[in-house]
Amino acid sequence: MFLQLVISGISFGSLYALVALAMVIIYKTSEVPNFGQGEMSMLSTFVAYALLVTHSHSFIFSFIGALLFAAALGIFLEFVFLRRAKDPNILSLILITLGFQMMLYGLASWKWGADQRDLPFPVSDFDVINLGTAVISYLNIATILITLVLMFMLFLFFKYTKVGIAMKATQQNVMAARINGIRTNRILSLTWAMSSMIGAVAGILLAPIATLDPNLMLDPLLKGFAAAVLGGMTTLVGAALGGYMLGVIENLFGGYISLEFKSVVAFGIIVLVLCFKPSGLFAKHYVRKV
Amino acid sequence: MDMKRDYYEDIQLLDSRILWFWFIMLVASLAIFPFLAPNYYIYMANYMAIHVIVTVGLNILVGYTGQISLGHAGFFAIGAYGTVLSMTALHLPFPIALLAGAFIAAFFGFILGLPALRLEGPYLAIATLGFGMAITQVIGRWQVFGGRMGIEAPDLSIGSYILESDRQLYFLIVTVAFLLTLAARNLMKTRVGRAFIAIRDSDIAAETMGVNLTFYKTLAFAVSAFYAGIAGGLMAFLLGFINPSSFNFILSIYFLAFVIVGGLGSIFGSIMGGVFMTWLMLTLDKVQELPYLGSILITFSERWMNLTGLPNIASIIFGLIVVLLVVFEPLGLYGFWIRTKIYWKTWPF
Repeated sequence: MFLQLVISGISFGSLYALVALAMVIIYKTSEVPNFGQGEMSMLSTFVAYALLVTHSHSFIFSFIGALLFAAALGIFLEFVFLRRAKDPNILSLILITLGFQMMLYGLASWKWGADQRDLPFPVSDFDVINLGTAVISYLNIATILITLVLMFMLFLFFKYTKVGIAMKATQQNVMAARINGIRTNRILSLTWAMSSMIGAVAGILLAPIATLDPNLMLDPLLKGFAAAVLGGMTTLVGAALGGYMLGVIENLFGGYISLEFKSVVAFGIIVLVLCFKPSGLFAKHYVRKV
Repeated sequence: MDMKRDYYEDIQLLDSRILWFWFIMLVASLAIFPFLAPNYYIYMANYMAIHVIVTVGLNILVGYTGQISLGHAGFFAIGAYGTVLSMTALHLPFPIALLAGAFIAAFFGFILGLPALRLEGPYLAIATLGFGMAITQVIGRWQVFGGRMGIEAPDLSIGSYILESDRQLYFLIVTVAFLLTLAARNLMKTRVGRAFIAIRDSDIAAETMGVNLTFYKTLAFAVSAFYAGIAGGLMAFLLGFINPSSFNFILSIYFLAFVIVGGLGSIFGSIMGGVFMTWLMLTLDKVQELPYLGSILITFSERWMNLTGLPNIASIIFGLIVVLLVVFEPLGLYGFWIRTKIYWKTWPF
């Protein structure tokens, strides 16, 4: 029982970790929690669905198509709306992302209605491997593996590529980065594209477990925030670890204490962490100067 | 524009004869309206009045105190369920039940205000978002609250009067909305209101001036939640039926959109925002019935989109309005109003 809960917790946790990573990447560069994140990945998942089911392309083609769409969507939102805000404060940035959220939600509900759909996934959720007392489905394995590969690629990207290092520089100090010849505006667009693609992967991996409708990402959005807050909104590693921890804690709570209030755990964790360690478990504390 | 010469001029509720004139006109037209307008418009007016209450309350928090909340649908739900359950389970009379619901909401607002003491900006937004979603989840899973199916509002009676039709409800809802708006305007002219504004402009500066942050921040949350609670209680009777899915995250964002559209930090703006956006919301719900535009949209939906999803166009338009206003006119409708006023006052120049 315990092992089983931990395994499925890690599987869910890797999805939360992806959503949290997508948020943290944007938070570090644009300094805004992206409330449109969930809807961006929901829309990309619907694009994958449209390519796969409506136009019956192959899975790989649809997957790549959805990722390209996600990148374009991220760049579009950043370039058309966010960049136009002159001298924005934090409230107006949050409001702009909420505006995206509404627009994308409305668009998806208009196009695909409220019907619940299934996204056919090449890996089955029902074939399982026995691990002693617990079982793990192929889908769970695929989710965990894809997430790990993606994280490793992100790590390599930020550590060894020139663009990744430029991105880190922009996150630390925009002005200094610009003086050193980095085109920070392009970096900003690129950040949104990357974040949106990571979110799209999370959406496509989630869709076979949940049902695909415009509300697909409402709940994972909150979980992603909880994970990011738990690990620290300013560290990528922390956010990923936070995602796994949240997945496991939530599942254990659901298994041993109360299944009904499982989804309240995320909110409880947000409040507790913010009360006792506001900058997260794995981040350095930041003090505002007056 | 207007020079204030002493303190009492500053705290007057209405500071000129012209304002008094318009104020009395407003009261009169609100009183006459239900006798002249057709039924649907009275229903719409009720809807507007309820949204004005929420918007004014949320503006006290967001516009005046500078604390963001993405969880107001939670307080709205607490008010609605609190009122209905106090009447059905505890058999309280309506006015007391409404106040009970609102005070429960205010209590939760106070609780949510506690973490807000240490949080700001994005973190507060996330915490309140979590609160709003948690409330809906809890209500949806608890059988006391009727679970996912929701509960029906009981018959509404005040003393020996039974209020059934929208026209009868109008007098109750609009009176409450009117009084609460007046109270908010009054509150902002007192010591408390000035403390809120000081916190918004700089909480550290406010604290050094002797404003008790703990007290006033939690108070702002509690007052704002109280308004949302009252509005929720009234909404339960306007709709006649409540279920958890009607108080979702989207509703919280809608409330915030009302405030932004009306104008941050302005009671008059909140009224404009609540009225205008409710009109837009109810109109877009039946967008296919609009002349010309409706038929174009229907053809477009059939060709490219999905006809059943057409009412969701409201969400797209709301999002667009919010983004455009934030980028181009951060003061919202109130900003337009102020600019028009200045334009005419200084006209040839």
